[in-house]
Amino acid sequence: MSSIALRKKDALVLVTPPARTGPPHPAAPALTESAARAASRAAATGYRRAQAPDWLLKAAASVLGLALFVCAWAIIARSGGRIPGPGAVWDAAVVIFSDPFYQKGPNDQGIGWNVLSSLRRVGIGFGLAALVGIPLGFVLGRFRFLSDMAAPIVAILKPVSPLAWLPIGLLMFKAANPAAIYAIFICSLWPMIINTAVGVQQVPQDYLNVARVLNLSEWKVFTRILFPAVLPYMITGVRLSIGIAWLVIVAAEMLTGGVGIGFWVWDEWNNLKVEHIIIAIFTIGCVGLLLEQALMLVARRFNYS
Amino acid sequence: MDKYLQVENVGMIFDTKKGPFVALTGIELAVKKGEFVSLIGHSGCGKSTLLNLVAGLLTPTAGGMILAGREIAGPGPDRGVVFQNHSLLPWLTCFGNVYLAVERVFGAAEPKAKLKGRTQAALELVGLAHAVDKQPHEISGGMKQRVGIARALAIEPKVLLLDEPFGALDALTRATLQDELIRIVASTGATVLMVTHDVDEAVLLSDRVVMMTNGPAATIGEVLEVDLPRPRERLALAANARYIHLRGRVLEFLYHRQAKRAA
Repeated sequence: MSSIALRKKDALVLVTPPARTGPPHPAAPALTESAARAASRAAATGYRRAQAPDWLLKAAASVLGLALFVCAWAIIARSGGRIPGPGAVWDAAVVIFSDPFYQKGPNDQGIGWNVLSSLRRVGIGFGLAALVGIPLGFVLGRFRFLSDMAAPIVAILKPVSPLAWLPIGLLMFKAANPAAIYAIFICSLWPMIINTAVGVQQVPQDYLNVARVLNLSEWKVFTRILFPAVLPYMITGVRLSIGIAWLVIVAAEMLTGGVGIGFWVWDEWNNLKVEHIIIAIFTIGCVGLLLEQALMLVARRFNYS
Repeated sequence: MDKYLQVENVGMIFDTKKGPFVALTGIELAVKKGEFVSLIGHSGCGKSTLLNLVAGLLTPTAGGMILAGREIAGPGPDRGVVFQNHSLLPWLTCFGNVYLAVERVFGAAEPKAKLKGRTQAALELVGLAHAVDKQPHEISGGMKQRVGIARALAIEPKVLLLDEPFGALDALTRATLQDELIRIVASTGATVLMVTHDVDEAVLLSDRVVMMTNGPAATIGEVLEVDLPRPRERLALAANARYIHLRGRVLEFLYHRQAKRAA
């Protein structure tokens, strides 16, 4: 479960791109760490003692952490308030997940439909952002003047909460669904532009010299050198974007309504079904985790070091 | 052709934050076809700058260069460059790295099968027939440098430019590759300009050793003819009086006349 571990690197990527020698490789730090630990143990004692394998310790730690979390939750639930305990939530979850795809009108659908329509919005908004952001990032990374032109705009708009764009979206599209997609588009855009542009600027001069001494055509430079060199950065941008998009969709749907996991949270709040809200929180977390892990797999595939 | 590669009164001034920096001045050098010439000097003397000028990666601020009757105006595949740090593209296999160059130079005129044949032949020439499909991170530093040499040779350049090609390798690997280079140059008749800071390497491989003065405003201090017969053999030369004498001449230039204060 090493890849769920918190990584400082992820948070820093926007400011400092990963070192050229090692584009983000999720497994590497954990592996080297454990190897170093094993080595130092062997050095201290002079021989290797039989011990539980690393992955088993990790799994045990994860299980223990989850167990403690559930215990703390149960204690908080018992000590009063309106928060349902783990048992009540479990029972409700069994009911909900036994029929995730029912449809009883627009405001009463299974959790499966809610998750899928949220994912659909994220997919469309995020896909459009990739179509715009990645080429734009390449252009900005390649031409200094353009990147200087874009710098102040990006700097001002990047820290704005995507929800602030929602009214503009409603104004432009006159409908809730495209406005939510629009908010996703805006929030996914910046990490992809910035990471791609930084990636292009970080392409080692050595590789570009190879292109120069061979007089490669612009197309070959792009397909054989620029694109593969930038790919790890681009994937980092995509990963950050997907993460942000999944955060934003919940809030956007609370505001726009319709079908979706965010709307469902709000709807269940109005119905005062708190155990359903907790189920939604876990569902959102698990889907976000899956998205992240899927992109980690992709990133690993394109790691050349 | 007596002057295949001609460097005429070349000077190079870099614009730095502290004002102009004169790296090279008044460089005059002529290389014959099939000749092996080394540039040697202390670090910072501008020998790599001179090589980059010939490669076309830099444009001289004074003078000009002619290769095979044509002026050098920018980089081009008539010069094969081997970089110090191999500069292989990590997402391509050894074959892919060489093929990229072959395709660029011969792609318009020859069918794919022939291009592949050329790539294969170049890798065989440097003794890497077995590692054709390996990725650069799967092979050793010495092997990477061999691929770099194969890539440079595969395009049949008029001149091969080597920028401290073995500088990053350990001594044993370096010796092996030097012997390989002797063999490859003998079999292809290549014209070579090599930057090095290794006295033995310079004397062992070269027909002439060009010794450069210390920068700034570095220039050619002395040119030494290496009149040792070929083929040369490392072990036999170690005890050869003429070799020891020539080696002493280079050492004397570097450590006596151009002695560098401790950096």
